Amino acid sequence: MYMKVPLFIMGVLATLLIAWAGLTLVPGIQISEIEPPAGLKPYTDQQLRGRAIYIREGCIYCHSQQTRPVGFGADQKRNWGRPSVPGDYLYDNPQLLGTMRTGPDLFNIGARQPSEDWHLIHLYNPRATSPGSIMPPYPWLFREEIEYSDEVLAARGERVVPVPEEYLPPGKVIIATPEARDLAAYLIGLNHTYPLEGEE
Amino acid sequence: MSVRPELTSRIEADDSSVGPVLFFFATGVAWLLIGSVFGLIVAFKFSFPEWLGDTPALTFGRLRPAHLNTVIYGWASLALCGVFAWLAVRLCRTTLRWKGLLYVSAVFWNLGVLYGTIELLRGNSAGQEWLEYPTWSWIMITVAAVLFSLSIIKTFRERDVDHIYISLWYMMAAVIWFPLLWVLAHLPIYSGVTQAASNWWYAHNALTVWFTPAGLAAAYYFIPKVIGRPIHSYYLSLIGFWTFALFYNWNGIHHLVGGPLPTWLISVSVVASVLMFIPVIAVAINHHMTMVGHFGKLKSSPTLRFIVFGAISYTAVSMQGSIEAIRAQSEITHFTHYTIGHAHLGLYAFVTMIMFGSIYYIMPRIVKWEWPYPRLIKIHFWLVALGVILYFAAMTIGGVFQGLYMNDAAKPFIDSVEVTRPYLMARSIGGSMMLLGQIVFIYLFSLMLFRKGAFRAMPPWGSKIAEASHPDAPGAEVAS
Repeated sequence: MYMKVPLFIMGVLATLLIAWAGLTLVPGIQISEIEPPAGLKPYTDQQLRGRAIYIREGCIYCHSQQTRPVGFGADQKRNWGRPSVPGDYLYDNPQLLGTMRTGPDLFNIGARQPSEDWHLIHLYNPRATSPGSIMPPYPWLFREEIEYSDEVLAARGERVVPVPEEYLPPGKVIIATPEARDLAAYLIGLNHTYPLEGEE
Repeated sequence: MSVRPELTSRIEADDSSVGPVLFFFATGVAWLLIGSVFGLIVAFKFSFPEWLGDTPALTFGRLRPAHLNTVIYGWASLALCGVFAWLAVRLCRTTLRWKGLLYVSAVFWNLGVLYGTIELLRGNSAGQEWLEYPTWSWIMITVAAVLFSLSIIKTFRERDVDHIYISLWYMMAAVIWFPLLWVLAHLPIYSGVTQAASNWWYAHNALTVWFTPAGLAAAYYFIPKVIGRPIHSYYLSLIGFWTFALFYNWNGIHHLVGGPLPTWLISVSVVASVLMFIPVIAVAINHHMTMVGHFGKLKSSPTLRFIVFGAISYTAVSMQGSIEAIRAQSEITHFTHYTIGHAHLGLYAFVTMIMFGSIYYIMPRIVKWEWPYPRLIKIHFWLVALGVILYFAAMTIGGVFQGLYMNDAAKPFIDSVEVTRPYLMARSIGGSMMLLGQIVFIYLFSLMLFRKGAFRAMPPWGSKIAEASHPDAPGAEVAS
């Protein structure tokens, strides 16, 4: 076929660049005008460290962080929290919306599971809290000890995890490392159940 | 023995591509093996979540991105670079220009993928899907992609043809598009939900501007080539090209249907996804009408068998994608294994199968050695073809159940996990067949690299060298 090369190049560049502008720049401008919701708090340092572990261990490949509205899936009926809005994500970089729900949505996991114990046991062995779960365990976020002293643990930012007897290695206790506690803090902080303006 | 002059110049042109093409193919095939092993471990972890669970580098969440990035940036990208470099000399009827750049490009691709894979396993992911590689890795790949494109563009400018065949349209578009897309996606200007939009615009566009044009360029070249008749309609292929360029670039945001983005944004992508029916049907009609009356050749030509399988998968995966984008279906299948099945129909049943077919055609012409053991090629085909069909079927059905259970608030969430278990196991079996088939392919490919294995008669383009290097070469027979 006869090709007018300059026209071809212009066409190729235009199709890509216009789509890029339309799909990323225009919504970027629209969203840049949004104010953070009053109830949304910036992450603490500990939560940010936990968020980095969430990224490192690839939690995003099984868990989304976006709640769908009524009439689109059962998120509302499952009590996973009001539909998320762009303002909820203003402090998120990189974004972790996710596209998979092998496990449940975590956008408001902190509201459903506010207990650090629960999160630590779950990260140590998901089946100890959630029978039938196919989530992998994260033993490197924990240490095994035979003896421990509360003061030493506290000084290190560690603590004993109340793992149920049948999931404990015989004669040992499980200690949550600071990394495990950071991740738990991030998960507990995932709570976007605050009301939005205009909805009380 | 005499070789026609136009054949001589073609042999010369083919020969100019030998080094870079082999480099791209050989390293691509190595990444295919590594990436598939990652993939299979990941698949089995769904059934055995504790398996290899004590080693951080082997945890699901690190192996999963390592798998994806290795197969797309290692295998598929390197294989398609090899195919492009070879097609460039064929379609421009000239020797490959700025060859040195191609070697540097291949080295940088490989270093980028190697470094990226190691860092992902060490847990240093950038966090966004398809864009997980750390900074140095993506910089290396940027260099590689730019150098590659420069060499192909230079070869194109030195072309000795007036007629620019449709494969060349796709190829030239791809080499302009991909480096640009890659850099735009890595600009540090996005955050929050806009970053999700740019993330999925990129991830889908990697198919739009890189993998799909490569698959289509190869299919457009090899189908008419192998059966020996021109493409059905040039006019249709042009309509296909421009509608493809126009609509496909807008598809990505359908990955966020139901998400917290402006509704118009998602609607635009859904509409563009549905409009993809136009280019897809144009291509499907064109390929089918070219093939009509020649389906018998599928039996004798491994290239054709792989490529036609790929071309049919392209039609299937694109139509599936258009329907998948529609809200009514998305409500059920979004967030489920259905999407993973769709991705493998695209990147495996379409792109990878076409790359296999292309390699089967190209290798004998550059190493001057016919594929030994045709039976093994058949085994390769059937293992991967049936494997990917099983994979796709399992994930599709399992994904629908997963979605229906997830959307039924009367069922506890864990039911949506339990219901997928048999399907996930079936997927692992399909994946094992694919890996097994690939091991057969890699064995054959290695024999070709070193020109080992049973000697088979060569067509004229290989005869001179075959005669010189092989004592058993039946020279008289092949120099017809």
